[in-house]
Amino acid sequence: MDFSKYGIKKEEFAAAEAALGREPNECELRILGVMWSEHCSYKSTKHLLKHFPTRGPKVVLGPGENAGIVDLGDGLGAAFKAESHNHPSAVAPYQGAATGVGGIIRDILALGARPVASMDGLFFGDPEHPRTGHLSAGIVKGVGDYGNAVGVPTIGGKTAYDPCYNENPLLNAFCIGLVELDMIVSSQTARPGQLVVLLGSKTGRDGIAGAAFASVELSEDAKESRPSIQIGDPFAEKMLIEACLELKEKNLIVSMQDMGAAGITSSSSEVAAKSGVGMKLHFDRVPLRAADMEPWEIALSESQERMLLIVEPGNMDEVSSVARKWELDCAVIGETEEGDDYSIFFHGEKVASLPATLIGDGCPPIHWPAEKPADFETRWDFDLDGLPVPGDWNTALLTLLGNPSMAPKHWIFEQYDSMVQLNTVMGPGHPVSVLRIKGRESLIALVLDADPWKCGLDPFGGGAETVARTVRTLSVAGAESLGLTDCLNFPSPEVPGQYWALEECIRGMAAACEALCCPVVSGNVSLYNETKSGAILPTPVVGTVGLIPSSGDFLPSGAWEEGDVLFLVGPCNPSLAGSGYIRSLGLPLRGRPLVFSGEAERDFSERAVRTARKKAARSGRALTGGGLAAALAKDAAESGSGARIALGVPTRKDVVLFGEGGARALYSVPMSRVPLFKTIWSGYPCLELGRAGGDILSVEGAFSLEVSRLREIWRNR
Amino acid sequence: MKTAVVIFPGSNCDRDVIHSVRDTLGCEVESVWHREERLPEETDLVILPGGFSYGDYLRSGAMAARSPVMGAVKEHAGRGGLLLGICNGFQILTESRLLPGVLLPNKTLSFICRPCFLSVENTETPFTGLFRKGQVVQFPIAHGDGLFFLPADELDDLENRGGAVFRYVSPRGDSGDEWNPNGSVNNIAGIVNPRGNILGLMPHPERAGEAILGGEDGRLFWRSVASFLEKGGRRHGLQ
Repeated sequence: MDFSKYGIKKEEFAAAEAALGREPNECELRILGVMWSEHCSYKSTKHLLKHFPTRGPKVVLGPGENAGIVDLGDGLGAAFKAESHNHPSAVAPYQGAATGVGGIIRDILALGARPVASMDGLFFGDPEHPRTGHLSAGIVKGVGDYGNAVGVPTIGGKTAYDPCYNENPLLNAFCIGLVELDMIVSSQTARPGQLVVLLGSKTGRDGIAGAAFASVELSEDAKESRPSIQIGDPFAEKMLIEACLELKEKNLIVSMQDMGAAGITSSSSEVAAKSGVGMKLHFDRVPLRAADMEPWEIALSESQERMLLIVEPGNMDEVSSVARKWELDCAVIGETEEGDDYSIFFHGEKVASLPATLIGDGCPPIHWPAEKPADFETRWDFDLDGLPVPGDWNTALLTLLGNPSMAPKHWIFEQYDSMVQLNTVMGPGHPVSVLRIKGRESLIALVLDADPWKCGLDPFGGGAETVARTVRTLSVAGAESLGLTDCLNFPSPEVPGQYWALEECIRGMAAACEALCCPVVSGNVSLYNETKSGAILPTPVVGTVGLIPSSGDFLPSGAWEEGDVLFLVGPCNPSLAGSGYIRSLGLPLRGRPLVFSGEAERDFSERAVRTARKKAARSGRALTGGGLAAALAKDAAESGSGARIALGVPTRKDVVLFGEGGARALYSVPMSRVPLFKTIWSGYPCLELGRAGGDILSVEGAFSLEVSRLREIWRNR
Repeated sequence: MKTAVVIFPGSNCDRDVIHSVRDTLGCEVESVWHREERLPEETDLVILPGGFSYGDYLRSGAMAARSPVMGAVKEHAGRGGLLLGICNGFQILTESRLLPGVLLPNKTLSFICRPCFLSVENTETPFTGLFRKGQVVQFPIAHGDGLFFLPADELDDLENRGGAVFRYVSPRGDSGDEWNPNGSVNNIAGIVNPRGNILGLMPHPERAGEAILGGEDGRLFWRSVASFLEKGGRRHGLQ
C-alpha cells in the first residue's frame, strides 16, 4: 500500500496497522493522513509544549479545549486563544486571513462564550519586495471584512516587516470572549445515546485536506494548492454565533466543537475521544454543497462556518427551530454510543472504522534531532566601537520612526471596526488595548506582541523577552496578568538548528511564564514556514490578558502634562542587538540581546502595578521596539507636549536611547506625586530624565524635534 | 418614549443601539425581527441599526430594503412616525427610497473606522432639537460604503430645504476635504426627509454615548428625540 501519498510515514502506518490489527483502508488512511499531519497532531511539538506552565489561581480552563479560560471574578470568565493561518494567507491572502479570523471566533464560541474582541499578528515581507504590497493589502482586507461583518471589533495587534516573510507572510488571529463560568460548554461532555448534529453552512469541496497542506513547506507551485483554501462567509458566521448562543442560553447543547482543520472528522473524533464515547456517523445525511462528494471528501472538507453539536434526542426539535430562525442548515448526522469505535457509514455501508482515541492521539511523536548551530555564538559578536554614534540625531530618530515595523499602522487598523459592541476603552494604536465589561467596574487589558529578531539572535532570551514584554506593558497599564495564549510560528522542524531554536524559544517563554506567574492557557503551533528562498525567523507571538480592577486604576500612555517629571525606570544598559535602530540602519542581525532576568521582571511588574493603582504617575509606557527614544517620541506626539531631557549616565547615548530589552518603562509624574513615585521605585534603577512641556522634544547632546513634526509622523495626521 | 430596533440577519449594531438608548434615557426598547410584519403597538421611534444586513452581498442595504418588516416600517413613517437609519440603516433607507441619494464606496475604496467631527446644521428636526446650530460633535464612523451622492439638481433641492443635518468638519467646525473621510458630496454625513420624520446618517451616535468609550455627544441625540416626543410630537405630530 502506498501510504506516502496520503502524507503518512512508514512508522505511522505501522502504528495504525498495529492498533487496528489490519491494514487501514483508503478512506481511513486519508483521514489519518490529515489528522496525523503536523497541523492537527502536534507530533513534533507535543512533548515540547509540556515545558509551559498551564496552571494558576486564575486559570479555569487550560490547554486542551477549544480555548483557555481565565477567571475575571464574580462568576465571569474570559475565553481566549490565538491561532495561525499562515499557509492559506500566503497563497490566497484575502480568504486565508478572513477564514483565519472566522476560525478563531468559532473556537471561542465553542465554549459558549460571546466573542467580544479580536487582535491580529501580521508579519509581512520587505515593503520593497514585489509581493508584499499585494499580500499585505489582501490580508488586512481579509481580516477587516470578516471581523467587521461579524461584528467583533479588532482592537489591537502587532505588525512587523522583515524580508524573511517575503514569500511566507504570517497571519495570527486572536479572539477573546466572555462566558459565565457556570455556563461553559465543553467538548468533553458527550454521553452515549446522544445525537451528533451538524449546524451551519453546507459541506463542499473547499479546503479539503487544508491541514495537510499547512504541514509542509510552501512549494513553488503553491497556487496549485488553491483548492486547499477555504472560503469565508462572515454573514453565515454571524448567524452561527447568534444561533449557538441562543442554543446555549436555552440549555439545548450537551457539547460543542468548532469545525476547523480537518472538518467533520477532527471535530467529531475529538468530542468522542475527549468524552470517552464511540460515534456512528452517516455521511449521506450531511447537507452538501457539491453533488457526488466521496465520503473521504466529506470527512475532510474544511468548509467554513460549521459547528458540531451534541444534543439530547428530546431537544432536537427545539434545536431545529432555533436553526431555522437563524436560517442555518441543521442535520442529525450520527449518534454517540458506548465504547471507543468511531465509524463512518455512507448509504448504509461502513466506509471507515477507527478507535476514536487513535485518530487524535495515536500518531507517534517525532523527536527531531536538535542541534545548536555551529556558528551560533558568532552571531553574538558585535563590534560596538565599529558603530559610529549618529552624526545627525534628528535624522536617526526620524529614520527609526519611519521604519515600517515601527511606523504608525493607521492604514491597517482604520480598516477594522474597533468599536462595535461598545466596550472599547482603548483601541488599536496604543501599547495596550482595553475593554470594559458592561455592568462591572473592572476592565480587561490585552497585549499582543512578538520580537522575531531577538528570537533569531537568542531563541531562549527572545522567547522570554516576548512573554515578559507583554506582561510589562500590562503591568504599566495597571493590569494583573491572568494568562496568555501563543502562536508558535517556526520553519521546518526537520532542520536540526531550527528544531533547536524552537525548543529554546519554548523553554525561554516557559521561564518567563514561571517567573511572572502568567500561565499558558491556549495556543497553536505553525511549522514549515519556509520556502525555497528561506526560512522565517523564529516568531513566537504572545497574546496576554490582564485585569484592571477599575477604570481609575488604568494608567494610560501618552498623557504628559506641562511640568510633569519624566523618569526612566530600569537598567541603563540595554542592547542594540536586533533593535529597531540597527534594522533602520540596514545593518545585519548581530549581537547579544539583554539576558533575561526573571527576578528583575517580577520586581518591575509588582512596582509598575502599584504605580498605576496608587496613581503615582500620570502616564506610563513600557519600553519596547525603538527603546527609550521611540517611547519619548510616541509619548510626546500623543501628549502634544515636548520635554527637555538630560541623560545623566556615562553609557553611550545611542545605546541608552535606542537599546532594547529588559524591564524598563518611561513615566511622567506630576510634581506632587514625585515622592510617592520614588518610594515605590526605591531599590530599583530609577533615573530622572527631565520635565515635560514646551513644543520641542529635546535630549541634550542628541535630538531636538518639534512636537508637531512628531505628531505628523506618529499620529499620521 | 417607545423605541423599536429592527434586527435584520447580519445587523451587528442592534445591541449597541439598544444599550445606548436604554443607558441614556432609561426607557423601553424593543427589538423586532426582520420577518415580523408588524411593529409593537404605540412605537414612537423605529431604528434601523448598523451592520451588514443579509451580508450586504448584493449592494449595501439592498436586500434589507425588501425584507418583510419594511412594509410596517414604511407604514409607520408614512403616518409621520419617527424613523432613524444609522450606517447600514441609512443605506437601507436610501435603498428603500425613503431618503434620497445613494451611498457609494468610500473614496479610499476601503473600510474606515475612526472618530469624526460633525457640525449639526439643522436643529429643527426631532433628532437634533437639543443641539446648538453649528455645534461640533464627535461621532465615530465605521463603514465601507459611506460616500453620500446625489445628482446636482437634487442636491440643490436637499440643501435648499435644509435637508443636510450633519456635515463632516474639522474639530473647529471648518470644512475641508481632509475632514471628509469618505468623499460625500458637500461633506454630508446625515440627511432628513422633507417631512422631517426620517433621518439617516453614516456616523454612529450610539458609539458616542459614554465618557469611558471616548465621548458623550451621542446622548444629546437620544435626548433630543425624547424631548421632541415629550413636547407632544407623537407619531402624528409632524406635518
